[in-house]
Amino acid sequence: MASLVAKDAGKAAAQPGLGNVAFIAALIVAAVAIFGVTRSIGNSYAFFAAYVVVQYIVLGTAWNILGGYTGYVNFGITAFFAIGAYSSVVLYKLAPWLPLPVMVAVGGVFAALVGLGTGYLTLRLRGVFFSIATLALAVVVQTLITNWDFVGGARGAYVLRPRLAPLIGGDYIQYLYLLMLGLGVIVLATARAIERSALGYGFAAIRDDEAAAEASGVPTLRLKLIATALSGGFMGMAGAPLPYYVTYLDPSSGFSLNYAVNAIAMPLIGGTSNWVGPIIGAVVVGGLQQYISVTISSAINVLITGLLLVIFVILAPQGIVGLFLRKKR
Amino acid sequence: MSALLHVEKVGKRFGGFVALQDIDLEVQPGERLGLIGPNGSGKSTLVNCICGTLRNEQGSVRFDGAAMDALTAHQRTRLGLARSFQLPRPFGSLSLAENLRIPILYAVNARSGRRHLSGPAIEERCRELLRQVGLAEKAHRLPRDLTQIEMRKLELARAMAAEPRLLIADESMAGLSHAEVDEIIALLIRLNGEGVTVIMIEHIMRAVMEFSQRLAVLVAGRKIADGNPRDVVRDPEVVRAYLGE
Repeated sequence: MASLVAKDAGKAAAQPGLGNVAFIAALIVAAVAIFGVTRSIGNSYAFFAAYVVVQYIVLGTAWNILGGYTGYVNFGITAFFAIGAYSSVVLYKLAPWLPLPVMVAVGGVFAALVGLGTGYLTLRLRGVFFSIATLALAVVVQTLITNWDFVGGARGAYVLRPRLAPLIGGDYIQYLYLLMLGLGVIVLATARAIERSALGYGFAAIRDDEAAAEASGVPTLRLKLIATALSGGFMGMAGAPLPYYVTYLDPSSGFSLNYAVNAIAMPLIGGTSNWVGPIIGAVVVGGLQQYISVTISSAINVLITGLLLVIFVILAPQGIVGLFLRKKR
Repeated sequence: MSALLHVEKVGKRFGGFVALQDIDLEVQPGERLGLIGPNGSGKSTLVNCICGTLRNEQGSVRFDGAAMDALTAHQRTRLGLARSFQLPRPFGSLSLAENLRIPILYAVNARSGRRHLSGPAIEERCRELLRQVGLAEKAHRLPRDLTQIEMRKLELARAMAAEPRLLIADESMAGLSHAEVDEIIALLIRLNGEGVTVIMIEHIMRAVMEFSQRLAVLVAGRKIADGNPRDVVRDPEVVRAYLGE
């Protein structure tokens, strides 16, 4: 899959702005700086809160690769996210000595394969029918996990988190946070590379008119499968560290509606047209949620997200990024 | 010389409605064929079956000697079959230049054993194509800023961007002014001079007669005439189909 993307990316047109390598370097610098800032707060809650925001950047960007770029709205986010999380639970039980990044990679591969499989079965459906099929996927996966005793079934599973972070020292949450920042770099670099490549143009053509895309030589099914596999894989990677973050994972928390709502709402609020949108959405909405959880109540989060979503869909359907682009034109 | 396009006994139904029945059609390399027929006679359905947008239940389509029936639309486009849509279907979120970039990236560059266009060459090619259809000034506008007529020109330019060997222009001239019709005819004849075989579907008889070397007529899903344009338009059956008894 990666070679396919690379091959298409090679055909990309020269575009203004940073090249892909320079962009990745910039992202890494930004991630390190953000980590430094979070560490300077000197409070371990800051890591827990920032982890969630970065997790939503990853999740929102992953959703946007399929939903924003190709226009296929996936409601089955929790299926992919939980596959990542539960693959870590399985690996924790079978091979607890595996380093967490390896678990993340495995979770990503599993979720990508499920993405590929469901894509193959459902991508002949369009519009709302595809969305309903993905919703069904989430229900199916949740039912399977709930009845799978090895990973704790409905009782849930405990994961003992090491007390200290490897390599960097300090609390283990710092390591989880750093890992999630790393995933953020990978996902954002991929999303931006797609946008600037032939692949991105192909995705846009599919979103705008699938029949015309086919007539223009775009292999629509293959591209949609690439999109579902990448999108699902990244969602799985976002979910893989979750058992270590929560230390107790049960189906109702792994498949929480919050993940699905936020992963869709954040790109929509930020803007789905490019990679900046999900970041803005995750930082604004995720930041607000974290702030409100502390100051008011954590139960009001979904209400806030819902209200913001309604406001944006009505007043700024292109999201925050769209507002700025419109001003520029 | 063997035919470039060979349509044999093609049939297509939509439920109980027979849209096409036993269509036989051959197009020689380098030919300019006009395809006419009253509304609803199956012209666009035939184009859709030839290009793979729809699947014909009966008969077969061969292009350059190879069977097309198992191929998807994008595979056929890559082999050199391109079409414009009767109702323009632009990529709405992409600029005009980017609209043309899609077939260049996915049809032209996907052909094996060919030069791959890259960044600046693609942009130059997009500009050139837009110039040919008179849309050069609007290269960075979105399709929604275009008039219906301009959208038809964009449709044609996008089909041309795929560098086809056979171009099917499905009513590219509807609504165009007299002078614009002349421009498009000249453009299609020039393309034909460069070796592109062209099938033109059109209601404007002046354009059809000026352009076509051969004329085929569809009526109610059947081909009722095929031959020299001057003879075909005098054919009593064709006259009856258009003017009634």
